[in-house]
Amino acid sequence: MLKINELHARVEEKDILKGINLEVNAGEVHAIMGPNGSGKSTLASVIAGKEEFEVTKGSVVLNGEDLEDAAPEERAHKGVFLSFQYPVEIPGVSVTNFMKTAINESRKARGLKDMPANEMLKLIREKSEMLEIDRRFLSRSLNEGFSGGEKKRNEIFQMAMLEPKLAILDETDSGLDIDALRIVANGVNKLRSKDNAIIVITHYQRLLEYIVPDFVHVLHNGKIVKSGGKELALELEEKGYDWIKNEAVV
Amino acid sequence: MAYTEEELKKELETKEYEYGFYTDIESDTFPVGLNEDIVVAISKKKSEPKWMTDWRLEAFRHWQAMEEPEWANVTYAKPDFQAISYYSAPNSKPKYESLDEVDPELLDTFKKLGISLDEQKKLAGVAVDIVMDSVSVATTFKKTLAEKGIIFCSISEAIKEHPELVKKYIGSVVPQKDNFYAALNSAVFSDGSFCYIPKGVRCPMELSTYFRINQAGTGQFERTLVIADEGSYVSYLEGCTAPSRDENQLHAAVVELIALDDAEIKYSTVQNWFPGDKEGKGGVFNFVTKRGICEKNAKISWTQVETGSAVTWKYPSCILKGDNAIGEFYSIAVTNNYQQADTGTKMVHLGKNTRSTIISKGISAGKSQNSYRGLVQVNSRAENARNFSQCDSLLMGNACGAHTFPYIEVKNKTAQIEHEATTSKIGEDQIFYCNQRGIDTEKAIALIVNGFSKEVLNKLPMEFAVEAQKLLEISLEGSVG
Ligand SMILES: Nc1ncnc2c1ncn2[C@@H]1O[C@H](COP(=O)(O)OP(=O)(O)O)[C@@H](O)[C@H]1O
Ligand SMILES: [Mg+2]
Repeated sequence: MLKINELHARVEEKDILKGINLEVNAGEVHAIMGPNGSGKSTLASVIAGKEEFEVTKGSVVLNGEDLEDAAPEERAHKGVFLSFQYPVEIPGVSVTNFMKTAINESRKARGLKDMPANEMLKLIREKSEMLEIDRRFLSRSLNEGFSGGEKKRNEIFQMAMLEPKLAILDETDSGLDIDALRIVANGVNKLRSKDNAIIVITHYQRLLEYIVPDFVHVLHNGKIVKSGGKELALELEEKGYDWIKNEAVV
Repeated sequence: MAYTEEELKKELETKEYEYGFYTDIESDTFPVGLNEDIVVAISKKKSEPKWMTDWRLEAFRHWQAMEEPEWANVTYAKPDFQAISYYSAPNSKPKYESLDEVDPELLDTFKKLGISLDEQKKLAGVAVDIVMDSVSVATTFKKTLAEKGIIFCSISEAIKEHPELVKKYIGSVVPQKDNFYAALNSAVFSDGSFCYIPKGVRCPMELSTYFRINQAGTGQFERTLVIADEGSYVSYLEGCTAPSRDENQLHAAVVELIALDDAEIKYSTVQNWFPGDKEGKGGVFNFVTKRGICEKNAKISWTQVETGSAVTWKYPSCILKGDNAIGEFYSIAVTNNYQQADTGTKMVHLGKNTRSTIISKGISAGKSQNSYRGLVQVNSRAENARNFSQCDSLLMGNACGAHTFPYIEVKNKTAQIEHEATTSKIGEDQIFYCNQRGIDTEKAIALIVNGFSKEVLNKLPMEFAVEAQKLLEISLEGSVG
């Protein structure tokens, strides 16, 4: 599904990713952990194609296709989804309208007609119920005045609506209380299948109790310094990141 | 507010709108130039009574002594008024008994506008009086309206059929010599719409007029007069689009609204005249005088979506004469490339407890200049007058300009005036967020702009709002990168 080779990226003359190698296959869930500022969000942005970040070396390959020249919306059409760490506000645009536009734009890219209204209605109903989202919430301006938790839940709602092949969840757990975390994780798990893959970026292993990863990678200073199974998350929790930092120095 | 299944459905069903057309129709056009003979000839052509001819001549004499105004924040090559033809009418003069008799090209144009008469009849709820190059070509729904005593016709027809009403009200809100363009319009107006709602009648449908300029080199001088008698209500829609043109076209319309005691008029406009090309060549000059007068407890709402024209100069205003009168102005003005817009409103508070609301949304892109100019005036007798003004500007790129010129003149201490203004820019993060969801940058901007404009779009009747949204999108095409 996703193959990242020797990826280097910089922003404003500053090298942030310094040689990332990662392979994610369909059906797998990978967790990326690491201290603040290690480059987790940058990696997510580079996969999603944010132009602000300059790829200086290496490649991101999705299903055999080098994404170098693909615009962010083209990557989205190919099934890449990013649940943002800090979702932006778009005043005056309702969640419903935003989703309708997103779905129809992706369909257009695939040569399909707009989704019929009743079909969309059904989809919205189904996904909002799954994530226990109040109907009224969908009429509100996108992320405007949403609490941290509402924003994250809304990101996962969008993921559920768009059914991506590769979903990257960037600190989706931050801002969620335990009940919301359970609901959101449950939603994510329902979307797991042998045909898609998920990358979960998180600080804490708490989320990983609910979304159990197949692999855990530790990112430090722009590099993956350690990889392992789900036990690695627990080990990290116990020993703290200093353990990794020290090990990385050695 | 609840968000019902119905509302959700409605939001999902909102359709896209077809736009853009150009038609060649043979026209009967006057030679270029303007003098008293031309004024008289226009009046004759329309078989007007003598009082109307005299009224036009009086306006013409005023106009000759006037200077073109220069205070607006716009620069343009002044039109040569002697190089314009002041009358142009579609050739097919006879009124049609059936649609079969109508010029097929004209019918085609109607279809492109999405208002084929056939369809309109079925759709119910919207009567259309189409002003095609100055002469009303078709009027529908007249019967239904007539049953309620509502008059909705071309102003030419009204001059003939209802002279007492026209004579009483024409020029009563915008006098002949009000300003340079109003005087010009008063002298040479070719046609326009007339509407009268009798006492206590609620007009059962939205009255709608589609204007367009079709003949190269003919200025369009529309005259609209809407009279809402005591306790009546009407919602009036005015919309227009124009095909691409290489030369400047002058448009100087006058709209007068009269809301008598307890009456309400909602006047909505979607304006999309040719804005000129990317280099700023061509485009319509739109110099419009729109004003309404509110008697006791009356209300006038102006809602406008302005996306077109090379140069716009337009201030729909309310004179709140009667006690408790209400004036509202909701506006979206978009400028792109080299467009210039100087638009806003005047709220003149004369009566006690009069209230006004101004919501202005300016969107500038390219190298355009977008100015809001608003006057709130509270006279000494206007006890407890209230105004709320909000002017928001959205900028795209660094080469455009947004300007706000609020004027406040208060002569009564009890007045409460509030003014809020914001300026924002479309953020790269917002665009990336949309991109990430599969929405390309062009569409993302349209979405963000629609969101920004929502408070005003919501004031428009549904079918008009759809059209307006589409126009916002079209007018900002190519504004990124
Ligand atoms: N747009 C940017 N401009 C400058 N520096 C940036 C930008 N984005 C991220 N960085 C820097 O890159 C480093 C990695 O950031 P980030 O990827 O957000 O880390 P993480 O998500 O792991 O906390 C940090 O030092 C951060 O300050
Ligand atoms: Mg981060």
